[in-house]
Amino acid sequence: MNPFAYSRASDPTQAVAEAVKPRAKFLGGGTNLIDLMKMGVETPANLIDINKLPLAQIEDRKSQGVRIGALVRNSDLAEHELIKSGYPVLSEALLSGASPQLRNMATVGGNLLQRTRCYYFYDPAFPQCNKRNPGSGCGAIEGYNRIHAILGQSDQCIAIHPSDMCIAMAALDAVVRVQGSKGEREIPFADFHRLPGNTPNIETNLQQDELITAVDLPIIPFATRSHYLKVRDRASYAFALVSVAAILDLDQSKKVKAVRVALGGVAHKPWRASKAEESLVGKTADEKTFRAAAEAELAAAKGYKHNSFKIELAKRAIVRALTTVAAMA
Amino acid sequence: MNESDAPVDSGLEEFDELLILSNLETRRKFIKQVAGTSAAITIGPALLSAADATATSQIASPSKSNSDSISMTLKINGKDYTVDLDPRTTLLDALRERLHLTGSKKGCDHGQCGACTVLVNGRRINSCLTLAVMHEGDEITTIEGIANGDELHPMQTAFIEHDGFQCGYCTPGQICSAVALLKENHANSDDEIREFMSGNLCRCGAYPNILAAIKDAKTKST
Ligand SMILES: Cc1cc2nc3c(=O)[nH]c(=O)nc-3n(C[C@H](O)[C@H](O)[C@H](O)COP(=O)(O)OP(=O)(O)OC[C@H]3O[C@@H](n4cnc5c(N)ncnc54)[C@H](O)[C@@H]3O)c2cc1C
Ligand code: SF4
Ligand code: FES
Ligand code: FES
Repeated sequence: MNPFAYSRASDPTQAVAEAVKPRAKFLGGGTNLIDLMKMGVETPANLIDINKLPLAQIEDRKSQGVRIGALVRNSDLAEHELIKSGYPVLSEALLSGASPQLRNMATVGGNLLQRTRCYYFYDPAFPQCNKRNPGSGCGAIEGYNRIHAILGQSDQCIAIHPSDMCIAMAALDAVVRVQGSKGEREIPFADFHRLPGNTPNIETNLQQDELITAVDLPIIPFATRSHYLKVRDRASYAFALVSVAAILDLDQSKKVKAVRVALGGVAHKPWRASKAEESLVGKTADEKTFRAAAEAELAAAKGYKHNSFKIELAKRAIVRALTTVAAMA
Repeated sequence: MNESDAPVDSGLEEFDELLILSNLETRRKFIKQVAGTSAAITIGPALLSAADATATSQIASPSKSNSDSISMTLKINGKDYTVDLDPRTTLLDALRERLHLTGSKKGCDHGQCGACTVLVNGRRINSCLTLAVMHEGDEITTIEGIANGDELHPMQTAFIEHDGFQCGYCTPGQICSAVALLKENHANSDDEIREFMSGNLCRCGAYPNILAAIKDAKTKST
């Protein structure tokens, strides 16, 4: 691990002021950052420990929804009554991720910014990775790419965002609140993470001096009917190959009134399946409708040597997740 | 396993395991001194400063004179330890290599196996993915502090009664994790216990007996 100067911030303004230092990084739970520092992928010169900041509350803002502090641990968020009852898809997504120990450490802010698990990115012994070393090429496109993207990728990078939590938040239209030296701002979830394009090294629209302070969930009454389906190589403690966050509102005649679908394991960012959503609204909630929606969403998908299976897997996962939610009382 | 730490752990760790459940303090100290000496012989100064791998106080660690080290007090098993540590030192390395609390094990060093599980303020975490300096002021409990003096914790007793281990390497982590699990109220069925113990791998495959031990400890504690 490279040497760094350690500091502990006691309020957000101080943390933001520290962040203008060269190669500064905030330290949340450390479960991704410390891992990547051990690998030599992350080499911060200044590490700002934000664990003592007063940002660990979950606030019921009544008609304005729920505000989740950036330092709320993944386990606490998953177990919170407001989340379990009002946003089960988020609770399920969190509980499907990592392990109980890691969830006790991982923060909401850190989870948003966790980096890809692309093998070529994670191990600097591989010479090629445009994300880690811009301009060096992509080791995965011609290499082993079983876990890689099928949607929204570029010829520079085909990595995926590995988070489960973020897939549920994308479906829930969450808003990320940040504080920087120029003040506070809100970033809609869809604009937070970026597609790789020609700059896979720039993963989000967060600025260097910006601290995530909270994530806001809007009120979505029908989110009580929601589900997170995660498909992976092991039943537990494994990243998603493909995952689906589904929220569905049906009318009396079983027609789709409103629907939100987001996909994980398929793209560089949490993938909001808007084509599937469009094709679903107003139709009868049955398998045929769901399959058509899945086909619409994956029409643009492109597979590589080892991950083409994800295209059909994603379609079936969409159908399965929607079927599960449709059957809910 | 982090290669810079391998010489410290290899081979000798097995002896350490044999001693986990008995009280042969003298042999333990002896083994630690051997471990420390062999570490100093096999690892060059460059690696020592990076991993801070010196295991005994007799051997001067270059990082101790490092101007960048931070003096901190860690509260472990109810006792305060004041140490100078390079801020890069993980909680696991601080416990094992500096404070001689070798009960917590290093399996993967990347959050993937659970062998390093300890309790911080009563919650289970992986001590390999957290820095020691992040835990000033916290109450840290390791396997060495789980028992009540000479009286084993009911979870330790249950692991012995149900043969919840073979080699024992994963056991300290399993026990710490299981103690936390019961407090989390996620041990309500076999499947739930399996899911909520999935952060602790056992290469010997003692899972059925670990499950039995946890169920037994749960029954006896309620
Ligand atoms: C073995 C293993 C298995 C895992 N499995 C899964 C899984 O199945 N599903 C899943 O979703 N995840 C999984 N994870 C990843 C885990 O969820 C992330 O590591 C975790 O969420 C990161 O949170 P953290 O607080 O520890 O972040 P840190 O490691 O502290 O930080 C990560 C990044 O976020 C930045 N950061 C942190 N907080 C803020 C803030 N408030 N403002 C601005 N920047 C900030 C840091 O600077 C750093 O760049 C796994 C991890 C491991 C080690
Ligand atoms: S897919 Fe992206 S992260 Fe992986 S090697 Fe290619 S450029 Fe690097
Ligand atoms: S040593 Fe494997 S999880 Fe920490
Ligand atoms: S008892 Fe050997 S690894 Fe679990």
